[in-house]
Amino acid sequence: MVIFLWYKLNDMKTTLKLMTVLFTILLMSCGGKEEKKKEGFSYDKKATTEQKETPKAEKTPASKRVDLTNKGVGPITSVDLGNEIDQNMATHGADVFKKMCTACHRANKKFIGPSPTGILDRRSPEWVMNMILNPDEMVQKDALAKDLLIEFNGSPMANQNLSEDDARAVLEYFRTLK
Amino acid sequence: MKTIIKSTIALLTVLIAFTSCNNTTKSDRESGALASNVAEKVYVAPGEHDEFYAFISGGYSGNLTVYGLPSGRMFKEIPVFSQFPTSGYGYSEETKPMLNTSHGFIPWGDSHHPDISQTNGEIDGRFIFINENNTPRIAKIDLKTFETTEIIEVPNSAGNHSSSFVTENTEYVVAGTRFSVPIPQRDMPIKDYKGNFQGALSFISVAPETGNMDIKFQVLMPGFNYDLSHPGRGKSHGWFFFTTYNTEEASTLLEVNASQNDKDFIAAVNWKKIEEYVNNGGGTMMPADYAHNVYDEHTHTATSTMIKEVRVVNPIDVPGAVYFLPTPKSPHGCDVDPSGEYIVGNGKLSANLTVHSFTKMLDAIENEKFAGEAYGIPILNFEDVLAGVVEQPGLGPLHTEFDGKGNAYTTFFISSEVVKWKLGTWEVVDRQPTFYSVGHLTIPGGNSGKPQGKYMFAMNKITKDRYLPTGPELEHSAQLYDISGDKMELLLDFPTHGEPHYAAAMRADLIKERSQKIYNLEDNKHPYAAFTDDDTKVVRKGNEVHIYMTTIRSHFSPDNIEGVKVGDKVYFHVTNLEQDFDVPHGFAVLGQNTSELLIMPGQTKSSVWEPTKVGVWPFYCTDFCSALHQEMQGYIRVSPADSNTPIKWSLGEDIE
Repeated sequence: MVIFLWYKLNDMKTTLKLMTVLFTILLMSCGGKEEKKKEGFSYDKKATTEQKETPKAEKTPASKRVDLTNKGVGPITSVDLGNEIDQNMATHGADVFKKMCTACHRANKKFIGPSPTGILDRRSPEWVMNMILNPDEMVQKDALAKDLLIEFNGSPMANQNLSEDDARAVLEYFRTLK
Repeated sequence: MKTIIKSTIALLTVLIAFTSCNNTTKSDRESGALASNVAEKVYVAPGEHDEFYAFISGGYSGNLTVYGLPSGRMFKEIPVFSQFPTSGYGYSEETKPMLNTSHGFIPWGDSHHPDISQTNGEIDGRFIFINENNTPRIAKIDLKTFETTEIIEVPNSAGNHSSSFVTENTEYVVAGTRFSVPIPQRDMPIKDYKGNFQGALSFISVAPETGNMDIKFQVLMPGFNYDLSHPGRGKSHGWFFFTTYNTEEASTLLEVNASQNDKDFIAAVNWKKIEEYVNNGGGTMMPADYAHNVYDEHTHTATSTMIKEVRVVNPIDVPGAVYFLPTPKSPHGCDVDPSGEYIVGNGKLSANLTVHSFTKMLDAIENEKFAGEAYGIPILNFEDVLAGVVEQPGLGPLHTEFDGKGNAYTTFFISSEVVKWKLGTWEVVDRQPTFYSVGHLTIPGGNSGKPQGKYMFAMNKITKDRYLPTGPELEHSAQLYDISGDKMELLLDFPTHGEPHYAAAMRADLIKERSQKIYNLEDNKHPYAAFTDDDTKVVRKGNEVHIYMTTIRSHFSPDNIEGVKVGDKVYFHVTNLEQDFDVPHGFAVLGQNTSELLIMPGQTKSSVWEPTKVGVWPFYCTDFCSALHQEMQGYIRVSPADSNTPIKWSLGEDIE
């Protein structure tokens, strides 16, 4: 951990970030009054993921890639999505999502992790459920999941120990998101 | 003729020389080969699990340590009677009540004799009990979570040493007093000890399902020192045996004055008889003041209740309930063999080991063959109850354990050795040195009708040169022996933490299967828990500020907080939203006057912070939780006491 820290401190970008933080603290310590927000500086700031469409297919961010055949790795090998959305199941799924997932996922925006809205246009239902139920193995063995982990700064998808039924309900809830 | 004799002698001498020479080389070779065998016997390959758990008391650390056997690797230190900054035990708001007593909050304890719960005379691995010697208390640890979940103070006791041993079906965990005291406590001259002080033997009932403890009754005995104890089992189930010393009732210079009598006693207590007496309304309720602290695994919070009375029983009011078995020279250990027939008294100052027979004891009682009485309690004849004597096995016997195959193993403090002897024939069959000055020893399944054999470990009081030196203060050392063969074989030295007195050990399978991985969020009933962002908030109540906070890899919510003032009492209530095995988060804030919190998945813990300085202070996660652990941080702004900065909180956006 010490080495890790040292390594990080040697990272130019982090040094600058740290300086910004220190600079901000210095400014704030001048007094308790509202202080005018000063513009910091920007150095090689990462653009938001929505920003540019890269020409090469493999450079498409993992969150934008479409792969409806990959079922991922885990306990789910087939999911039968009915024609109609099961509203009861979706309501239950929304509740589970709120309790177990909203610390990192928001329905309407990218947060710590990606937004689930429209997920079934990009992923198979099996993949989604395996990602919920088996994230540790997914990020090791599934190429897409691995790329997603990198795209989202190495922030891991936490295994929240959902039952298969609850994960299925969350999937049903995702179908309702527009 | 002479020459023949001479040459014969010469030849013999040469032969003997050769033979002994051969012997030497042979044994040298053997020990060489053995050495590698020994390594294999204790080697647990990376990722493999040990076969046994050992729970070793931490003595003056106040805690209980968990080891694996045969590797001797330490897995965990369970905080019991002492504050433990590593997890926040005794510092967090939820666990401070665990250390409450009638003397107020006590941050430390001296833990001694762990004992695992039993069903039908067999170790069941549900709970482990351990006594605190200094401010008498008994604790219960739940082996599902490896957390201390209950502590009960023992009134009228002082030096809670002959504790905490459980009966065959965990009906009772028993706690005897080493020091006798005035009961009730009062202001009186020390010199009037004799005849006025008393010793309380406490029978604490254990509820079958929950394990909840309750002092059912205390037997108020003569003012001796009740040193160690063990339950009867099998045929002697229903009885409990306590060694005594200082039957001289001295109150000063005990090393001389308590060694005057040729024999002290083992007190045999028929607790079934007293239980029946009590169930029929016997005994008297006397005023008392003791704490009963219970940790609720749903609220993740302990409560401390003061109890104001306790039921006491005068032994002479229950005829046939208590007898004294004369036992030579200040006996220490009081150990009952797996069949329940033999009661071994280890007379510290005696050259021989004394073994009493339960059958003979019953017979002597039946025929009323009494040698006298002490304060109304009948004394049996030594010869009438004696089963046998192990003659001069070593110096300074302390404790005996059994392998379930007819053998007993006794530790000798002065001669630093473990001696193996046979029950019934009383012959010594093996002895092995220990390094150095052994106290207790443990065989897995120890205090039960079914010892689990295979290994025995000795816990030594003196370490000296066994490890690399670490200055004047050393950890104690334990030694593991293979006892599966005829001879004991020393396998391993391993250091132990604090001063282990006794240890309890058992096969790993039962505990391993039940060991809990996380706390379910849906079972979390903590009044300050937060489960979603809707629940996270900062609430001011006068000068108290309650922060309902959540953690998940890798952020706190909220992570920017304003509106706190100097002089406020700030409660951080942190809920870990993780539901995956082994993902704790830590919490610490700069200038906090308590310890960090280490919060297990699904758990809520609270820490109080009373900021004394204006500023913007960081808080962060202390447990390396993920690749973005270094990013897991936040700020709390502290304004002057007379300011009116409004309460605000946020995550992921600039605080407005």
